[in-house]
Amino acid sequence: MFDSLIDLLPEFWKAAFETLYIVGLTLFFGGFGGLIVGLGLYLTRAGSILANRGVFGVLNVLVNTIRPIPFIIFLAAVQPLTRAVVGTGIGNNAMIFTIALAAMFAMARIVEQNLLTVTPGVIEAARSVGAGPVRIIFTVLLPEALGPLILGFTFIFVALVDMSAVAGYVGGGGLGAFALLYGWRQFDPVVTWAAVVLIIVFVQLVQFLGNWLARKALRR
Amino acid sequence: MSSPTPLVELRNVSKVYPATVKGAPDVTAIDDVSLTVDAGDVYGIIGYSGAGKSTLVRLVNVLERSTAGQILINGHDVAGLPERELRPVRLGIGMIFQQFNLLNSRTVARNVAYPLEVAGRDKSARAARVAEMLDFVGLADKAGAYPDQLSGGQKQRVGIARALATSPALLLADEATSALDPETTHEVLELLGRVNREFGVTIIVITHEMDVIQTLATKVAVMDQGRVIERGDVFDVFSNPVQAASARFVSTVVKGVPSAPELAVLRARHTGRIVTLAFRDDTVDQTRVFGEFSRDGVAFQVVYGGINEIQGRPFGHLTLALTGEDATIDAALDRVRAVTTVTEVR
Repeated sequence: MFDSLIDLLPEFWKAAFETLYIVGLTLFFGGFGGLIVGLGLYLTRAGSILANRGVFGVLNVLVNTIRPIPFIIFLAAVQPLTRAVVGTGIGNNAMIFTIALAAMFAMARIVEQNLLTVTPGVIEAARSVGAGPVRIIFTVLLPEALGPLILGFTFIFVALVDMSAVAGYVGGGGLGAFALLYGWRQFDPVVTWAAVVLIIVFVQLVQFLGNWLARKALRR
Repeated sequence: MSSPTPLVELRNVSKVYPATVKGAPDVTAIDDVSLTVDAGDVYGIIGYSGAGKSTLVRLVNVLERSTAGQILINGHDVAGLPERELRPVRLGIGMIFQQFNLLNSRTVARNVAYPLEVAGRDKSARAARVAEMLDFVGLADKAGAYPDQLSGGQKQRVGIARALATSPALLLADEATSALDPETTHEVLELLGRVNREFGVTIIVITHEMDVIQTLATKVAVMDQGRVIERGDVFDVFSNPVQAASARFVSTVVKGVPSAPELAVLRARHTGRIVTLAFRDDTVDQTRVFGEFSRDGVAFQVVYGGINEIQGRPFGHLTLALTGEDATIDAALDRVRAVTTVTEVR
């Protein structure tokens, strides 16, 4: 029953590593991009410290447009852009670019919402002692929202694992491709479930880590 | 004689918010306010919520932009300064808030250090000043605590330490005690009094609580619908409020003239004539007033009112029920009228 899985172990670990590679890099780039766009949304909204209707409007429409597109369609739709940026429309690196792009807009909303939990009065207090926008971002907004932000990044991690599983469709690797290729197409549920279990383990570990870090940040 | 430049001077300042809904009228939050605060003053600004006091105080450190008029700090107009040039201005103006607005991600000591970081002080200078300030507000033992481990009163004291860290000449207190219980309020007001006396810091106090004004302020401005409707020395406004809104505020801390329903109750209980007398320290001698009644055998009973004291000067209103011959009462009242204001209620 486990024979085929044992035979496939080298591929399995390779796929696991690829998933971590894809998810790790997309979390980094998508998270960073999301932080920037989210900050942009927060700072330019009406009444905020860099209120700017035009910029907010553009960002808001952009996020609202891209976020609801189902990922597999998004993947196909932005392939020309991917090709232009990465040089190829297929494989892991193309995948990383596409996922990071999609994650960036999803993350932007989460970042914006987390920043909105920071009491406006605290920002006002910082302004009242002469702090400028850049200082406020780094000494007030991000530290004050750190706990929720960590939970937001943890949340997006799961979405990234989900998106990375589609990589198999465009010649990328990872556990999704592994389960598809060796499990589903070979009618071998054991192999499929091996991938499922490992993904659950990843998600649990990261969720645990995220909760722990957020608790530390919130000192609760 | 030329008077020194006032620390804060507002000249015909207005703040109009454009209508949020198309077609709706613009909202005038501050309507042509002129105000002078001299160095060393504790200037109280009182009004009901929505009167524009919080907006007014934010115009002083330009957290909010005025739409007309001049805002002079030490004689320099700051109203039109770009954000970047406001930094040195704000370093000279501390501010404390109703909700304290401490940074929860920082310890007490690092909260107090925050304005010093903004001011670019080096680490050792910051540490020394933080220790000094925490000592002043009596929280030296809480330096390493986080705001959520403190009581409301302690949080406000951290707020005060933070606001004064850069040694500003002016402190803005926006409803600084409104979230505190009476006892803690008293402690914080005491501390603010010390700030004024020991450091010579000028304070602008925004409040809707008249007892805050009574305890702390030397001057007061009463705001209503974006305008300053009455201003002056606290004693003058308390002892002789001209505007109805001012009188209502005064009546929250000292029973003055009975209102119509209260009068009806008094009428029902007392058969004699009812008069209200105003008392002010140096102008009215209570002994003499009561002497006038007893001299003619007019029986009197105090039925309403109270005498209060501000900065050591007593003032108040007493309502009396007088019984006796009408003519005798009139004669006595005429003599009393010579020394004080008498209002007879029929």
